Amino acid sequence: MNLTLKIWRQKSPKDKGQIVEYKVNDISEHMSFLEMLDVLNEDLVAKGEEPVAFDHDCREGICGMCSLHINGEAHGPDRLITTCQLHMRTFKDGDTIFIEPFRSKAFPIIKDLVVDRSALDRIQQAGGFISVNTSGNTQDANAIPIAKAAADESMDAATCIGCGACVASCKNASAMLFMSAKVSQYALLPQGRVEAADRVTNMIKQMDKEGFGNCTNTGACEVECPKGISLNNIARLNREYLKASI
Amino acid sequence: MSGYFSSSVGRKFFMALTGLFLVFFLLVHLIANLTLFFGADSFNATAEFMGTNPVIQVMQPLLALGFIAHIITGIILELKNNSSRPIKYTKNNVGANSTWMSRNMIITGLMIFAFLALHIINYFIPIKTTHVENHYELVVGLFKNPIYAGIYVLAFIFLGLHLMHGFQSSLTTTGIRQEKYQKCIKTLGTIYSLVVALGFISIAVWFHFA
Amino acid sequence: MTTLQSKVPQGPIKDKWTNHKNNINLVNPANKRNIDIIVIGTGLAGGSAAATLAELGYNVKAFAYQDSPRRAHSIAAQGGINASKNYMGDGDSDYRLFYDTVKGGDYRSREGNVYRLAEVSGNIIDQCVAQGVPFARDYGGLLDNRSFGGVLVSRTFYAKGQTGQQLLLGAYSAMNRQIAKGKITMYNRHEMLDVVIIDGKARGIIARNLITGEISRHSAHAVVIASGGYGNVYFLSTNAMGSNATAAWKVHKKGAYFANPCFTQIHPTCIPRSGDYQSKLTLMSESLRNDGRIWVPKNIEDAKAIQEGKLRPTEIAEENRDYYLERRYPAFGNLVPRDVASRAAKERCDAGYGVNKTGEAVYLDFASAIERYGKEQAHIQGIHNPSEEKVRELGEAIIEAKYGNLFQMYEKIVDENPYKTPMMIYPATHYTMGGIWVDYNLMTTVPGLYAIGEANFSDHGANRLGASALMQGLADGYFVLPYTIGDYLANEIRTGAIPTDTPEFDEAEKAVKERIDFFINNKGTHSVDYFHKKLGKVMWEKVGMARNVQGLEEAIKEIQEIREDFWKNVKVPGSVNEFNQELEKAGRVADFLELGELFAKDALNRNESCGGHFREDYQTDEGEALRDDENYSYVAAWEYTGKPSEAKLHKEQLEFKDIEVKTRSYK
Repeated sequence: MNLTLKIWRQKSPKDKGQIVEYKVNDISEHMSFLEMLDVLNEDLVAKGEEPVAFDHDCREGICGMCSLHINGEAHGPDRLITTCQLHMRTFKDGDTIFIEPFRSKAFPIIKDLVVDRSALDRIQQAGGFISVNTSGNTQDANAIPIAKAAADESMDAATCIGCGACVASCKNASAMLFMSAKVSQYALLPQGRVEAADRVTNMIKQMDKEGFGNCTNTGACEVECPKGISLNNIARLNREYLKASI
Repeated sequence: MSGYFSSSVGRKFFMALTGLFLVFFLLVHLIANLTLFFGADSFNATAEFMGTNPVIQVMQPLLALGFIAHIITGIILELKNNSSRPIKYTKNNVGANSTWMSRNMIITGLMIFAFLALHIINYFIPIKTTHVENHYELVVGLFKNPIYAGIYVLAFIFLGLHLMHGFQSSLTTTGIRQEKYQKCIKTLGTIYSLVVALGFISIAVWFHFA
Repeated sequence: MTTLQSKVPQGPIKDKWTNHKNNINLVNPANKRNIDIIVIGTGLAGGSAAATLAELGYNVKAFAYQDSPRRAHSIAAQGGINASKNYMGDGDSDYRLFYDTVKGGDYRSREGNVYRLAEVSGNIIDQCVAQGVPFARDYGGLLDNRSFGGVLVSRTFYAKGQTGQQLLLGAYSAMNRQIAKGKITMYNRHEMLDVVIIDGKARGIIARNLITGEISRHSAHAVVIASGGYGNVYFLSTNAMGSNATAAWKVHKKGAYFANPCFTQIHPTCIPRSGDYQSKLTLMSESLRNDGRIWVPKNIEDAKAIQEGKLRPTEIAEENRDYYLERRYPAFGNLVPRDVASRAAKERCDAGYGVNKTGEAVYLDFASAIERYGKEQAHIQGIHNPSEEKVRELGEAIIEAKYGNLFQMYEKIVDENPYKTPMMIYPATHYTMGGIWVDYNLMTTVPGLYAIGEANFSDHGANRLGASALMQGLADGYFVLPYTIGDYLANEIRTGAIPTDTPEFDEAEKAVKERIDFFINNKGTHSVDYFHKKLGKVMWEKVGMARNVQGLEEAIKEIQEIREDFWKNVKVPGSVNEFNQELEKAGRVADFLELGELFAKDALNRNESCGGHFREDYQTDEGEALRDDENYSYVAAWEYTGKPSEAKLHKEQLEFKDIEVKTRSYK
């Protein structure tokens, strides 16, 4: 298929940036979206132009590195996938595709479609852990039975890949879904309860510092999340924070 | 606790609390208004009760505060949210992942605010500053005015939309939402919003044409 | 020829590690504060090491080329992590895990290291649970296990199909705690481009900031390489796009021996390639072989019809299917080790029985598992005489609960529903058992330079068992290196801070800058990927699943030619001081072009078949690997002398005192 791409090009963080139009031809429907961009880049390099910079690594939907806003949606129109898992069969011959970086004040652009998501790291550093030393001299793994339902729910929250699609999709660029996934993972496990109050308080403090917006529960994040993290986690985060504050 | 209310989550909680308070108020107000259907006597009695009952008198300034707080916090949050994405997307297919109501709370909210101002000028100030004998006549008279009735209907459409998202959103923000209740909360929110909006609208329409 | 000192402690195998820990030197807490350690890579090994070293009190500088430590490719490991907990009560023990690992590795690993690995495996699970890793549990609330290939017990702990992710996030959270305390300085989007050796000791690195292009010097009392494997030498592999061997190769060129490069794991269950544009291959977890049955058509006509798209797999009757693993290896069936399963798939496809249009795919079928689980569920739910549809429905639900995310991933890529039609799979490069040679302390041949995780030549011999990579990465990082590194650093407490304005740093930085400038100024004719793909093709065809003398000799020559061409004609757009992904790739491919040659040379040197290294000229009549224990029971450690072709071979003889060396049989 032949496609028209409208891609955000921005040379450096300070550059103004603009949408530039490109054509790609003979794209196979079996290609992944990133492979289609590889084709474009090969072409640009051959022509002596600078290829489009975009983040990607594992290309199997788990590292959370790829971060494109495609046709107005984080990770494109398909559901429960990352950009690298989006396949060209989702598009039709002759389509025009807008490709933009994840936009948020907290995600400054580095180049073209590459953004700096270290704000998410800093939130985790503020408390996204259990303070146990890695000595291995902890109690036996089976010492505390954990109800399967709680363990499964914790796991569902823990599957967050930290890609930032929630922030990119939210009209307020809020990072609440990301935050709530981590808070929930630990809040649901007995090991994590010990520090639950400090964790949620410190993480929220950091989140606010980073310039993310507020959550207005539009649910866009949940829809666009490649791992299907539920809005129920945001409610849990709110509960945890309220509990921690009174 | 002071740290709580200066945080984003705390402010949202405040927003939700005031919202829920107003949700409750709307229900009381609707019940009071529905007495219009029972004729002048019952409505006037209700108006009399509302104007003199000590509980209601205490609640009135609280209600005013609730409104003001809800509006001001809403505007502050909106400004902050707007600044969180300084460069907007060229193409943003928001319809794919969220409802119009959830994205436009500020618009529906401001519309309701505008109506509230009108309502205060047209009704609340007259009854507080002058001695109104017959509330029924005053109200029905207003509804006879096609412009007023039109604005009234429009305002409550906006209110319905505002509530459609606001009701369930406030339950998420206050942490009441849980997987197992979520369906119930959604249904309840929709029913509530429809009842309130259609309730008020039906009064305006009825008395305009009656 | 120098003899390599493996430094495996004396004494009975059960006591070696304990005795060693009792006897090695330690650094006291006050002195640890004055010692800097650089860790390259933040996957399971690097991340866990960085966290633990920082906890112990060392100053750690950690480097990752990704934008966050959480994105290292350990995250993609799906199936699970082994530990000899014996929670299932099926007779597991440290010895059995040790035995399985040595046997699975085709008797080409170091006994002492492997036993230690088994010994600390249980600790890893305790540690991870304490960290909040949400492992799968049973209804009693206790940890659940499943089985992996090459073993007869269930010892694999898992978190859905995302075990690597959860373990990495555990290590990442431990790192975060130390970053917050200031004990780890994290350098994201930084790539190590050389190691600095002063007076024979590793003293620092040269790194490039991938955002600004700035070249910086970093000194330390020890450098730890945890940068993973070199599977991307094949261009197509299950590795991440950025996975590279640059750190490992640079230290090799500065004196660290590179061991057993030809031991590479080709994983049997990956999604087959679909076209030339393909950028990477996707793994389907080995855990699927717990329930999936692998087959190809029995009749060549059926295979042909399928390849032409005229026949569907569901239309082939049971008796016309060849469940070749069950046929050839009745004892282990579909759960034979990876090397065996991969070769068997290749054998069938080479014989013309492949099941997609390229002829390079076999089926992984869940129909019988769905039926089995369906009937079981019907029984549990008290449904008598359930209909076929009901059985299917119930069975599919169980399969979905177990492998849902893998099935979803498959469907997204292939656009076929694997619940209804069998999956298509084919082997792909996945893991490299070879790597930087290390002694029992995980130190390379360069003092002060360590290698952990997949980057070292590891504990897996010639073939790694499933769910053992995560185990090794975390064992090295959490429980081995933090102790053994003290033995060396105890002599460094008087060194003080290491200056970076020395001639050695000057020289290393100059070399790095010159190479970068060369790439930008070369203005050649072909992109980096062009050369990488060419290299990958040679590697896959001639140094892939089956190797022979002629092919390997050709490969060496062809790789040399591609390398020469690369240095003449490579084209790298953009400039030096900016975010430049083509420039990053150029440096990595340049190193792969050298490593690939050493790889082929090692394969040519090893005149036997063992594990992942299969030489067609050394096989039994039944087509099984034919090992030569008399002549090749050694680790081939290569010393760099200026060119890959002139690398000098050093042998570390392997001794097996606690395991009887036998022909590996899974029949």
